[in-house]
Amino acid sequence: MSSLAQNQHNAAYRGDLFWIAAMIHRISGLLLACFLPLHFLALGLAIEGEATFDGFLKWTQQPLVKLAETGLVFLLAVHLFGGIRVLVIENLAWRPGQKRMASLAVGTAAVIAAIFILRLL
Amino acid sequence: MDDVITVSIWRGRSEGRYVTYEVPRLDSQTVLDVVTYVQRQVDPTLSYRFACRVGVCGSCAMTVNGRPRWTCRTHVSKVAADNRLEIGPLANLPVVKDLATDMTEFFEKWQRAKGVFSPTATRNDTVAQIRPDAAARVAVDKAIECINCGVCYAACDSVRWNPDYLGPAALNRAWTLVNDERDANNGERLAAVAANGGCHSCHTHQSCEQHCPQAINPTASIAGLKRRTIGAFLRGEMK
Repeated sequence: MSSLAQNQHNAAYRGDLFWIAAMIHRISGLLLACFLPLHFLALGLAIEGEATFDGFLKWTQQPLVKLAETGLVFLLAVHLFGGIRVLVIENLAWRPGQKRMASLAVGTAAVIAAIFILRLL
Repeated sequence: MDDVITVSIWRGRSEGRYVTYEVPRLDSQTVLDVVTYVQRQVDPTLSYRFACRVGVCGSCAMTVNGRPRWTCRTHVSKVAADNRLEIGPLANLPVVKDLATDMTEFFEKWQRAKGVFSPTATRNDTVAQIRPDAAARVAVDKAIECINCGVCYAACDSVRWNPDYLGPAALNRAWTLVNDERDANNGERLAAVAANGGCHSCHTHQSCEQHCPQAINPTASIAGLKRRTIGAFLRGEMK
């Protein structure tokens, strides 16, 4: 004997496109929130003085930081388009082609991140 | 097609286990046929619920290979993976025994969502004329086809995370009444669905829309309620 909660496989829908879209939206939001303190720290450095801030800007020119920045661009874009998708669903009349809209949100974000990294190369 | 299919069925209440049975495979066999075979031929103590067997009554929903489904209209050929089926009770509801769940809370939430029609006219008045092409009538064309099976409720993450949440079916019902020009109780109804655990608790995962056997779109109904309640709030009709 064991509990149903442990045994039941009742979440096969996790992995469906809409579910993935919702999770991407949520996780990208969380990661962006984690990045925010770093963003404010950088802005704070600008107040401290030109040299400190220039030093920081130089640090950001490293390839690894640029790569991380590309990730950030993707997160921001995917969260923005995912958010617009939900706003459209909730505020406008229902329209067909929802799966296309979800895929488009992720696709556009990927294209934007790709353009960002290509311009660096 | 194999001669037999291996079926694991949940036995017990919230504590229990999956028991495996071998069931002869037939043409056009439904998941409900499989469960019925086990109860009639193998173990008469198996509990499950059904009535019409033709997708009208909404009593036979179960979890089949991880997804909530109406079992009477689900062909084994469509869902069996490697000639295996796993059949459990609907999720997000207490189990009475085996495959039968307690739907009390599910229907209490219909009440909480003011899912009861409250007439503006009496039996002495003439019957209201609703134009089939009226915008409010078209808006609920699909939504009124709900058979109360609980599939959307079992598929909903928001219900799983927030036991207070009314769920897709109750809110869909409220949406049909909000659009019913004969109904007199929309002020109270909008307040009820805008309260904690109401339409604004929906996270738009669209699982209800994906799983509804009647192809209803509760996500759209709930989105409609979100717009309607926000509108009422902005106009000062609701606190």
